[in-house]
Amino acid sequence: MHMMGVLDTLHLWLLPSGLLTTLYMWHAYVCGTIVALTATLVGYFVVLRGVAFMAHSLPKIGFAGVAGATVLQVPPLVGLLTFNLLGGLVMSTLSRRGRRDVVTALTLVLALGAGELFLTLGQAYGETAYALLFGQIVGISGPQVGQTLAVGLVTTGLWMILYRPLLFVTVARDQALARGVRERLLDNLFAILVGLVCVMTVPVVGALLGFSLLIGPVATASLVTRRGVHTLLLAGALGLAAIWLALLLAYDSGWPVGFFATTIIVLEYKVVYIGRWVKTRRALAI
Amino acid sequence: MLDVRDVHVHLAERLVLAGVQFQIEAGEFVGLIGPNGAGKTTLLKTILGLVTPDLGQVLVDNRPIRRGNPAIGYVPQKVHLDPDTPLRGRDFVALGLDGVRWGVPLPRRSRRERVERALGSVQALTYADAPVGRLSGGELQRLQIAQALVGEPRLLLVDEPLSNLDIRNAHEVVRLLHELARSRGMAILLVAHDLNPLLSALDKVVYLARGRSMAGRTDEVMTSESLSRLYGYPVEVMRTRGRIVVVGGPDMHLVPPEAADHAGLGEWEATTP
Repeated sequence: MHMMGVLDTLHLWLLPSGLLTTLYMWHAYVCGTIVALTATLVGYFVVLRGVAFMAHSLPKIGFAGVAGATVLQVPPLVGLLTFNLLGGLVMSTLSRRGRRDVVTALTLVLALGAGELFLTLGQAYGETAYALLFGQIVGISGPQVGQTLAVGLVTTGLWMILYRPLLFVTVARDQALARGVRERLLDNLFAILVGLVCVMTVPVVGALLGFSLLIGPVATASLVTRRGVHTLLLAGALGLAAIWLALLLAYDSGWPVGFFATTIIVLEYKVVYIGRWVKTRRALAI
Repeated sequence: MLDVRDVHVHLAERLVLAGVQFQIEAGEFVGLIGPNGAGKTTLLKTILGLVTPDLGQVLVDNRPIRRGNPAIGYVPQKVHLDPDTPLRGRDFVALGLDGVRWGVPLPRRSRRERVERALGSVQALTYADAPVGRLSGGELQRLQIAQALVGEPRLLLVDEPLSNLDIRNAHEVVRLLHELARSRGMAILLVAHDLNPLLSALDKVVYLARGRSMAGRTDEVMTSESLSRLYGYPVEVMRTRGRIVVVGGPDMHLVPPEAADHAGLGEWEATTP
């Protein structure tokens, strides 16, 4: 892919030595960066709207989609897109009639069951499943980087279009409805937004790590910021720090990236949480 | 400016509004009073265009209403916000200005000034930069009023603003709204189940019971005769120490409180005694 040629040349100029000399590590860093930043944008609304369970479920639904794609011998991206977008729309449509958590759970188990069937039919049990659940960030091809970037740009564009009415209907629903905000349309577009970010995260960092990048940094940043812009900036920085550091540690130790990234994300939350707690205690003591 | 004509509304096969009729002129401060489940919230949603009447119509400036009419501001009942919601008071208010539009808002001076004016008119400037999730009920309510005012509506609908406030704060809010109606020539329709905190401010009362309405000056509407006609059985309106009490109405527990639940309508108030 042409764009990748440019990126790879850039890599040779910028970082001629050490960790980043290998092309696959460079790809890992580029993809990790795109994923962390996009996940922050979408995660902002996931946390604000309190739909962490939906965000947890969609990547696993995407996992079933990829498994299905291997059976039908179509590109994995097709399976991912179909399952994530359909899964999101099913959840947002049905949860208007029933309880959101129950609907989400049922959609999730249905997809996981299908995923298990697809893996058996495709006779690709161990390795494929492992890669889909935990990602294969170290070992991403050039075209895959281009794909990640493209989905990332589409997701960011959609996020920017939705930002204002989605915020309005999230923090002041009745007022927003009275002013003419179309809730059903926004619910569906938001589901598509989460679906898109999962399309991006599943092949790169896997279904499990994708979820932690979506929720963790934003939740941590929300503890200490009170403006949306600051929350986004801090969360973006925390997400980037986690994925960059995790890649470095994984490269050195040979342990999985996902383990390091999730641990760092949770540690970030814990440290900030305790820091805030100590600060409030001190303020109260005075 | 608001003309409600013989409005009938069915919700879940239940007749909630059965011929509601009244008018409001510019600058009038009107109380929409009635027992719980009389259909007050449904009536507000009908005026907002969120519920379509089965019969009758609602006109604003002689034109049929539509959802999202910028001439109408709406202050819903209390909103629930997570304490860690990353949003300042002024961001919350700004959503009332252009929250309907797609895209990321661009910081413009005119936008900032309008938000600032709305915050000032409800005396909320001191906590405009505090996170909304950590404000008190009364403070958040003022921000909600500012959020409705920032679009410069000519009719303001306020749903039960007094129900979560103590007496002192309730009087404060009534005084504030009364002043806004006067200074802006804005009509206000305020929903309350108790008329008394509003008595001094009201120009007019719309009393709602059994899905029907009675509108007029307080001393015309609040009489034993007219309310008995509205309820369809004898009730007595008593005046004692400057307060008005309706004896024998459904708030005196002639209607089981679970009646609203049986209707299965969730947040919709939808009972007739």
